[in-house]
Amino acid sequence: MLSRRIVPCLDVRDGRVVKGTRFRDHRDMGGIVELAERYRDEGADELVFYDITASPDGRSADMEWIEKVARVIDIPFCVAGGIRDVDTARAILNAGADKVSVNTPATERPELITELADAFGVQCVVVGIDSLRDDDGEWRVRQYTGQVERTRALPTRTLDWVTRVQELGAGEVVLNCMGSDGVRDGYDLEQLGAVRQVCDVPLVASGGAGTMQHFVDVFRVADVDAALAATVFHSGEILIPELKLQLRRKGIEVRDVA
Amino acid sequence: MSEADSNAARPVRVALIDSGGANTGSVKFALDRLGANSVITVDPAVIEEADRVILPGVGAARHAMARLGDAGLVEFVRNLTVPLLGICLGMQLLYEFSDEGETQCLGILPGRVERMQPAEHVRIPQMGWNKVDRLRRDTLTVALRDGAPAYFVHSYAAPVTEDTISTFTHGGTYTAIVGRGTVRGAQFHPERSGSFGQQLLRTFLEEKIS
Repeated sequence: MLSRRIVPCLDVRDGRVVKGTRFRDHRDMGGIVELAERYRDEGADELVFYDITASPDGRSADMEWIEKVARVIDIPFCVAGGIRDVDTARAILNAGADKVSVNTPATERPELITELADAFGVQCVVVGIDSLRDDDGEWRVRQYTGQVERTRALPTRTLDWVTRVQELGAGEVVLNCMGSDGVRDGYDLEQLGAVRQVCDVPLVASGGAGTMQHFVDVFRVADVDAALAATVFHSGEILIPELKLQLRRKGIEVRDVA
Repeated sequence: MSEADSNAARPVRVALIDSGGANTGSVKFALDRLGANSVITVDPAVIEEADRVILPGVGAARHAMARLGDAGLVEFVRNLTVPLLGICLGMQLLYEFSDEGETQCLGILPGRVERMQPAEHVRIPQMGWNKVDRLRRDTLTVALRDGAPAYFVHSYAAPVTEDTISTFTHGGTYTAIVGRGTVRGAQFHPERSGSFGQQLLRTFLEEKIS
């Protein structure tokens, strides 16, 4: 049986791992390769590197650190941030990343998803979605969330976008629930559950992890395939081996940490 | 000088066939970690020199077969005498036919690669760590723990046939590791499967296959 995945997310800025709350006030969390090795040793199932400087400035992720990570890491990893075309994605995958994740550029030009799927297969193509509930109660997609002052609300309903990106060739969806991100009150189970109903490809929950129980809840209630978190892992508040022990006790299938 | 001494004197030479897939670099890094001397190539003369040949691959079957065809490698790979390991799509190409793009494959192994079917809790593509269960004994897997997890990323899979060494279950049960004579294949990514994958690659490089 396929295990549920625990995925630390490493926000990369200027060659360091940083983390802020609600997309601002970034704090230094350590070196990229060092943290990647630490998570590999602790039993992370996969890593996501998000180049938070890349997208707003129109730059693409720097290849040098990607290759460094690929050389030392023997678990899969995904790179996100500023990927706008097949050539950039190819360079990142050739440097050793297993998947690329596109977010804002896919909202600007949805054909990008199909171009990537045609070039590399759907299994390499992750679509990240930043989503927030509006005053009318609908969840809608946000763009340019890397910088607060540039963040833009789209008229696109999140549930419609999830359906659309699968038709276009997404092999996995990462739903970042901005309303719960950074506040550690738990994943947005209501929104993730609703997205699960329309998402036939793997679904990754992002935003809101604060306790081990939050992980139990998101797998049980929202039936997601993977749970992503940053701060609780970087700070050492939640240790992955203990988290996996707890999940297994609750009957959730996770990978053994050998 | 005994064979063991000559093996110790130089690293194993591995030819990685560049089938256009995105994981070729990752496989090379994994071989580097094992101290192998590997080269990414489509040149038959270079492949001829190798002790081991690996056919990696991520992407679409039709595209990868076209690439092997353009490089004049289809017959060449069919007739290899040194041990060959197909990884992920590279394993699927070893069979006769793939439903992905209705593609005629290498036909080294009998069987037809099919699309896995989604069901409740069974998402396609399969993406993540799944258990690799031993079906029969083989030198390639003797050092591996039965039921240990490996990293899978794929939408198509090979049926269980007489060549199947290990299986995985995702909706149905399919081939995880296959072997016939000097030809081997892994549906999962050993280069991304932690110590389990590393052990599999090490055994492939070191085992005596005749």
